Amino acid sequence: MAEKKKISSSPHIRQEDSTASIMLDVIIALLPTTIMGIFNFGLSAFLLILICIVTCVGAEYLFEFFMKRKVTIGDFSAVVTGLLLALNLPPSLPWWMAVLGSLFAILLVKQIFGGIGQNFVNPALAARCFLLLSFAKAMTNFTYDAVTTATPLALLKSGESVDLLRMFLGSTAGTIGETSTAALLLGGAYLLFKRIIDIRIPAAYIGTFAICIMIYALASGRGWDLSFLAAHLCGGGLMLGAIYMATDYVTSPITPNGRWVYGVILGLLTFVLRSPWNPTTAAEGVSYSILCGNLLVPIIERFTVPKSFGKGAVKYE
Amino acid sequence: MGLVTFKGGIHPYEGKELTMDQPIEIYLPTGEMVYPLSQHIGAPAKPLVKKGDHVLVGQKIAEAAGFVSAHIHASVSGTVIKTEPRLTANGNKTESIIIENDGAYETIEFEKRTNPLEDMSREEIVAAIQEAGIVGMGGAGFPTHVKLSPKNPDLIDCIIVNGSECEPYLTSDYRRMLEEPESVVQGLEVVLKLFPKATGIIAIENNKPKAIERMKEAIADHPNIRIQIMKTKYPEGAERQLIYANTKRYINSTMLPSDVGCIVHNIDTMVAIYEAVYLGMPLIDRIVTVTGHAIATPKNFKALLGTSFQELIAAAGGFVNGEPEKIIAGGPMMGKAVFDTHIPIVKGSSAILCMQEDEVTMYEPSNCIRCGRCVSVCPGRVIPSKLASLAEHGKLDAFVEQDGMECCECGCCSYVCPAKRHLTQTIAATRKSILASRKK
Repeated sequence: MAEKKKISSSPHIRQEDSTASIMLDVIIALLPTTIMGIFNFGLSAFLLILICIVTCVGAEYLFEFFMKRKVTIGDFSAVVTGLLLALNLPPSLPWWMAVLGSLFAILLVKQIFGGIGQNFVNPALAARCFLLLSFAKAMTNFTYDAVTTATPLALLKSGESVDLLRMFLGSTAGTIGETSTAALLLGGAYLLFKRIIDIRIPAAYIGTFAICIMIYALASGRGWDLSFLAAHLCGGGLMLGAIYMATDYVTSPITPNGRWVYGVILGLLTFVLRSPWNPTTAAEGVSYSILCGNLLVPIIERFTVPKSFGKGAVKYE
Repeated sequence: MGLVTFKGGIHPYEGKELTMDQPIEIYLPTGEMVYPLSQHIGAPAKPLVKKGDHVLVGQKIAEAAGFVSAHIHASVSGTVIKTEPRLTANGNKTESIIIENDGAYETIEFEKRTNPLEDMSREEIVAAIQEAGIVGMGGAGFPTHVKLSPKNPDLIDCIIVNGSECEPYLTSDYRRMLEEPESVVQGLEVVLKLFPKATGIIAIENNKPKAIERMKEAIADHPNIRIQIMKTKYPEGAERQLIYANTKRYINSTMLPSDVGCIVHNIDTMVAIYEAVYLGMPLIDRIVTVTGHAIATPKNFKALLGTSFQELIAAAGGFVNGEPEKIIAGGPMMGKAVFDTHIPIVKGSSAILCMQEDEVTMYEPSNCIRCGRCVSVCPGRVIPSKLASLAEHGKLDAFVEQDGMECCECGCCSYVCPAKRHLTQTIAATRKSILASRKK
């Protein structure tokens, strides 16, 4: 024997995809809406994105370094968390709040539960909700072209009309990454094409929500109002939530049927939280819906275990 | 005829282009020949020869120890040197008969059958197959005569010949179908004679159009045999998935194919049955693909059982670019890594795969990110990530309850895992220990 050979049990080949390559694909998919956000909201948006990413990656590095754990910033998951958090912030938010949110996401939600794969709620969303509760005013202060304005959904709720084309392209008030439906759909198409996400969750989520809205429209005397539906679909971060946040691997079910169930639950929750009939509730509801959904994942998985191949098969007699 | 398949599976780099156009070459060995007494599932065979005996090609040198066991025959003429434990592909030392090849290839007289197949009784056919020491040549090595003696033969209505060869790199079955399609069909006719109610299906993946064409020509006058084209996907040839793809019948880990009226055979086994029943020849050779990017001239050999890996690798031009990092007996998905090339070709050796680099040690496992890819590729429709985690924590009851025993160890979950976790390996090790404790 000239040289020792490597020995391991089968299989002996591996697909190229890695955690890092998947995270990079998510980042690529988020680029269109990131660029649109910077284009729409200017330098302040760019700086917030930068602050969130740097804080998230830095916090992950320092925590793992001092806890003597393997440093995992190379998997880019902290970059995704930072980017997603920034895209969920209003562009006018003070920078130190963004830093606080980033620390909350990485340290309290992700790292102390064991790092990547171990958190039970989405870190970026949990941080957003933490900021919403702590700094309600700053987190709901939306500006466009340096003028404070209501978001399209808030306008819609108070009975005013909205410009659907502007909502589709993104030139409306809102968080940095939620306004451009076109850019979000483009990134979503990329994720589906690269098979990074499963269509079940966004399809069930958006589909259920759309059905609820149409039933409401019919029941409330609006009739078959497609522009009302379109405004609800394009507004309030639904697309950002359904395509990028609800599909977060760690906090969504891994069973195929569980993904349908999860999507339907999110659609119903979002509809209830948005309560289009009640002018006093918040107009969005996506973040809280997904956060609630995250908590239901273990129980959804328990009831949607697939039937194993050949289970219950009968012998010929 | 539409493509048939199953749910799940993967499509890795095929690697078949290395050898698929290489005609089968007969290789006559020069070194010592090693015949492990256990090349099959069941009791190891009992040696019939002792040190110093002179043996001929085709002579029975070890006898089956019971019904679930198989005879072993010499593939060369020469002198028995000794009987001692030798390393085999599964990493264990197995009691083996060592024969010095005299290079003369003096052969015992094979009794060619003179009467037509129709005149043979069921018992005669099974006896001929048993006498030839035939076992399943796809790798598992289940004695063929046992497989052909199901509890209720009248229920068998489907004989599937597995021509899918879904493992990457392997081309031995493919070359057999191209070069000896008639032998495959004749072998299948023998099996169909045993089960008159059955239809023969030769199932081939659609990445082998030439084989499909040749086999179609070969079955022209055989109305009871048809070709089924399957989608190219791994593990299309796994027994349970193969049966489902061809018949839409399900079996689980506790059942045998005959429980749903099916019997599945490998391509090479069909040829062995043909040679045994028509030519009176025992199983002494098989087709072995010697391949991989570390091999100078990848080839398909008709190799005599007992030939050492070392010799076949040399016959394929040896290594290029230095030593390979990993040598695998079989394919990359289910084959066994070997640390030494001084191991013999046995009845189940389909390939010697020499890889320049080892993808397994290139990556380090990291946390599961719950992407669910293992779930979507698993042909057994279990949750590999969950099972591996239960296995790691020693929760064996939960492992069994969540159908861990239904895993067929095909390797798809480990292959797709982006966190590079050793899912198949963990599950397989746990299954093995559970099976072992059940036997006690």
